[in-house]
Amino acid sequence: MSPAHYIALAVILFVIGGVGVLVRRNALVVFMCVELMLNAVNLAFIAFARMHGALDGQVIAFFVMVVAAAEVVVGLAILTSIFRTRRSASVDDANLLKY
Amino acid sequence: MSHQIVLAASAVTNSGGEAVAFWFLAVVSVAAALGMILTRRAVHCAVLLAIVMLSLAATYAMQGAPFLAFVQVIVYTGAVLMLFLFVMMIVGVSAADSIIETIRGQRLWAALAGIAMLVLLILVVGHAAVGSAPPAGPQNGAQNVTGLARLIFTTYVFPFEVTSALLITAALGAMVLAHRERTSPRPTQRLLARRRVASGRPTPLPGPGTYARHNAVDMPALLPDGTPSELSVSEVLSGGGAAGIRPAARAMLGGQAQAVQTQAVQTQAVQEAPLDADQPDSGSQEDER
Repeated sequence: MSPAHYIALAVILFVIGGVGVLVRRNALVVFMCVELMLNAVNLAFIAFARMHGALDGQVIAFFVMVVAAAEVVVGLAILTSIFRTRRSASVDDANLLKY
Repeated sequence: MSHQIVLAASAVTNSGGEAVAFWFLAVVSVAAALGMILTRRAVHCAVLLAIVMLSLAATYAMQGAPFLAFVQVIVYTGAVLMLFLFVMMIVGVSAADSIIETIRGQRLWAALAGIAMLVLLILVVGHAAVGSAPPAGPQNGAQNVTGLARLIFTTYVFPFEVTSALLITAALGAMVLAHRERTSPRPTQRLLARRRVASGRPTPLPGPGTYARHNAVDMPALLPDGTPSELSVSEVLSGGGAAGIRPAARAMLGGQAQAVQTQAVQTQAVQEAPLDADQPDSGSQEDER
């Protein structure tokens, strides 16, 4: 299998995650779609690493995983604090910073 | 043992077995990802995301990244997804998206943007000269971990140190954000007891119907007259609506209990009365639990 196949799969997964972020309104599901996008990018990095026969892409994918874990921790903490005050996990209900 | 399995998986590269595995995993992961944005309940979304992450881990192993395959399973499927599920338990398992569009044509425009993005990215990738992969070297097999460690602690040592600062900041931020300041004084034991007696139900709520007909926690307990007790099932499990888990459990309970229930309603109205009187109190009982 050429790396192009894996990159195409990564593109498809990335686009699906992006559409999910745009469409879904439960903040948890939006977070999960962001995770899906990050995973797709990791897949592309690993495919590129294999294409070049080097390990640098795998190192970058490792860093992406670390950043994603930190992002999930902070994001879910924000989500719980919003849920505690508003009793809702919908992104439409937190609209006081809108205008 | 499992390390050998992953090494064997990475030895599969550049053979016919990889094509079969790739197409299987690609179809599974794309189908699960599509299901993620189509299913309404957040729990189903999390389970489908677990499927995507596990198939991506297998894909990493196939591409000569056994270390990252393990990290994917441990960090993503193990830690991140469990964190999602814990927060889902706090927010409420029954949290489902509403179908009403708040922005007119949002789905249509999102689908159009997705298609445009897909076309753009496919064109970019198609124009790029993506050559064929060289055969897997020792850095894709037994020396994967040592190679990664050498890179992380030499070339990428500064990003690695910055990462530690990021992790500390994230841990502190999570603690600050999730911490709740107590705005009212802590209720004393005397106050709690008084509130409990004043609520009209001094006893604890009945347990679920363990071993009554079925040993699942979402099965209502059977009262002595054969009617299922609504109070015995947690509100989280009952779902509080058409999307709840309770209808399935009630269906599993079968028509027999339903028949008993209707019979009891007809004949034993006197015994039904206190059960109905308990129903409005269930909200305050849930708060106290």
